[in-house]
Amino acid sequence: MKKLVKGNEAVVIGALVAGCDAYYGYPITPASEIAHAASEYFLPLNKVFVQAECEIGAVNMVFGAASSGQRVMTASSGPGISLKMEGISYLAGAELPSVIVDVQRVGPGLGNIGPEQSDYFQVVKGGGHGDYRAIVLAPASVEETYHMAIKAFDLADKWRSPVFILTDATLGQMMEPIDIKEEPTHRSDKPWALDTTPESNDNLVTSIYLDFDDMEEHINKLHAKYAKITEEEAQAEIYGADVPDIVLTGYGITGRMLRSVVDKLNEIGIDAALIRPQTLWPFPSKTYQEIVKPGVPVLSVELSCGQFVEDVRLSLPGHKVTHYGRVGGNLPELDELVAQAEKCVQEAK
Amino acid sequence: MTKVYEKSPAFFDTFTRKPSMQKTTHYCPGCGHGTLNKIIADLIAELGIQDQTIFVGPVGCGVFIYYYYESASVSAPHGRASAVATGVSRANPDSVTISYQGDGDLAAIGTSNAIHAANRGENMIVFFVNNNIYGMTGGQLAPTTLIDQTSTTSPSGRSILNDGFPLRMAEMVAGLEAPVLSARVAVNTPKNVRQAIKVIRKGLEAQRDKKGYAFIEVLSQCPTNWKKDPKEACEWIDDVVCQQYPLGVMKDIVEEHPSQKRKCERVEFDAIAEQLNLTTSDENGFQPIELIEDEVRFKFAGFGGQGILSLGMMVSQLSMERHMEVTWLPSYGPEMRGGVANCSVVVSKEAIGSPVVDQPNVLVALNRPSLEKFGPLVPEDGLIIYNSSLVDTVPENLKGKVYALPATDLASEAGNVKAANVVVLGFVAQKTGMFSQADLETFLAETFKKPALLELNLKAVKAGWSAAE
Repeated sequence: MKKLVKGNEAVVIGALVAGCDAYYGYPITPASEIAHAASEYFLPLNKVFVQAECEIGAVNMVFGAASSGQRVMTASSGPGISLKMEGISYLAGAELPSVIVDVQRVGPGLGNIGPEQSDYFQVVKGGGHGDYRAIVLAPASVEETYHMAIKAFDLADKWRSPVFILTDATLGQMMEPIDIKEEPTHRSDKPWALDTTPESNDNLVTSIYLDFDDMEEHINKLHAKYAKITEEEAQAEIYGADVPDIVLTGYGITGRMLRSVVDKLNEIGIDAALIRPQTLWPFPSKTYQEIVKPGVPVLSVELSCGQFVEDVRLSLPGHKVTHYGRVGGNLPELDELVAQAEKCVQEAK
Repeated sequence: MTKVYEKSPAFFDTFTRKPSMQKTTHYCPGCGHGTLNKIIADLIAELGIQDQTIFVGPVGCGVFIYYYYESASVSAPHGRASAVATGVSRANPDSVTISYQGDGDLAAIGTSNAIHAANRGENMIVFFVNNNIYGMTGGQLAPTTLIDQTSTTSPSGRSILNDGFPLRMAEMVAGLEAPVLSARVAVNTPKNVRQAIKVIRKGLEAQRDKKGYAFIEVLSQCPTNWKKDPKEACEWIDDVVCQQYPLGVMKDIVEEHPSQKRKCERVEFDAIAEQLNLTTSDENGFQPIELIEDEVRFKFAGFGGQGILSLGMMVSQLSMERHMEVTWLPSYGPEMRGGVANCSVVVSKEAIGSPVVDQPNVLVALNRPSLEKFGPLVPEDGLIIYNSSLVDTVPENLKGKVYALPATDLASEAGNVKAANVVVLGFVAQKTGMFSQADLETFLAETFKKPALLELNLKAVKAGWSAAE
């Protein structure tokens, strides 16, 4: 049945449909509705909900629950995600399936509670210590937030990895209908988990390998897994002209706005196409290489001063990629983006 | 011949989780950890709780606690064992969860997590090994280091002025309401070991019986970092350490405390659907709306408290029920707290791109600042509906079709100025042709369950509708 909900509520409903067992979190604007919804729905269903004493506590409770084989999640916004990063490194090191939502706000420092996409480096490039990766999903609507929440738990189980859902203040706060129904999910067997059966007595969840060679083997094993994830899980939405005069690209709320910009450009006789990555790690580099032909200008838009664009440029070596960003909590107007795109097309001629 | 003593079966016979020297522990000679480990292992065997036991190891000298016990184990980040143990214990309501932590781990970097786990009364037992020093990292000052005691970061002794006082954790935990047991024991003499066994047995039994949170501080000797031989170190505990950290049971309500098992269940989709109140079908008999444009972009704006956001939600909900694509986006910024509110609503036949409304087809401005700010953005064929109860002069730079609606006055006549947003709903419905009067009445009846409130809102919506005719 359709229900009109905020993005922040959709993520919790998706988690419930995916069979999430436990939620641990700490309040922060603009992510707090996630904790509100989790407390409202989890507790009456006899699932675990704990408002932790701090972000660090929350992510470590997630670590304990994930060690025990639960489907478990936490959520926060930029400053809170910074605090969770140590724990996320441990989750990656110990290969624990877990889901972390980052409803991005403005930074650095206290910043403000408006939308930005400036956690890209922190979330997509690591953030915590050590040589690890985490899968990052980037929804562009409330409906997609809901479906990605379900998918995140499956990916976490499949790859024994922390999975991020990266949204922002706009997506978190806006309402759209989601179509809620029973969805197939793939909960993995977790024979390695800690429980109270005699079989688990020999189980050990850890990220410490004192012996250098053992440690190297573990890290190499992680990276072999990362290579497979890169091969199998990269995903992007493509929209617009088959033979474009310009390719627009952006993720999340920006990617969605660019869809309207593609339509507006087409109205004024510019054939435009959009590449909207739905996974930020792994980054859908191949899609860029397939879609973007030599000489076609690329305009990359994000709510930050040039983080996402680095991955676009890495995907298109030698290609001119123009960055356009707004920050501070401001969203660009559509006409503003149309003007930027027109400028790129002019310059390319 | 009767066997009177053997290695506890709770221990691995050979420490296979240890990379080398699998018959010996990693502890220094004379260290108290080994004695404590043995006490815990003997009691796990005695109480028959080996399968239920889950160890959460710290960072510090206890980091390799999992080498020794044949029980499920997890190693936590530094200071976080009590938080990790919270997750483990909640996921395993039948477990005996043991958080094993040192003084740097529990009383410095992890104090917050330790105290809050205690305060929630988590079903776990915490062994707090207090040897007044950071052992593993090389003998630095701990929160528990004694006054004047030297360490590698207090070379001339702990100074009250610089470092503060030694922390008494068992007393601190005993001051909380939730814990059922808080005690301090030592493992330096046979007498103290016998007392420690008694207290630890009680703590583990409390866990077996789901009595809640137990905290046992264990004074432990660290000959290596104290720069004493093992015998001197044991004597120093009695002579000096116990002066600062008296042994004893600080709190014990185990007997009278009821068992408390927390819920942790998996549910079928039906239970979720019920919880989410997914009762009605999408096959609701409503027809899609004939829109004045393929996509109608609304801006609702006014003071905070005028029901602007809920007005947008009502239009969104009604449109969704009529099978339209819809987005609702609240204004987001400093004005949220400053009294001016607005929201953007897009209703469309097709998938909606940007939810941000820069150029509204329909503007509802319930106060003057909103009309001045958003009015000029409405194109010529757009509608501008303003609250003429509060706005007396209309800006000259408006292009759209302007309608004066005394929303506040009409709401007041209907019974309450707070219903101004519902007056507007009636007006907008009539002017855009999006919803019939019957649509609105049915919707309000579903929204407002109290008869008096429903009556007020029905009056308000009718007033708005009539004003539009």
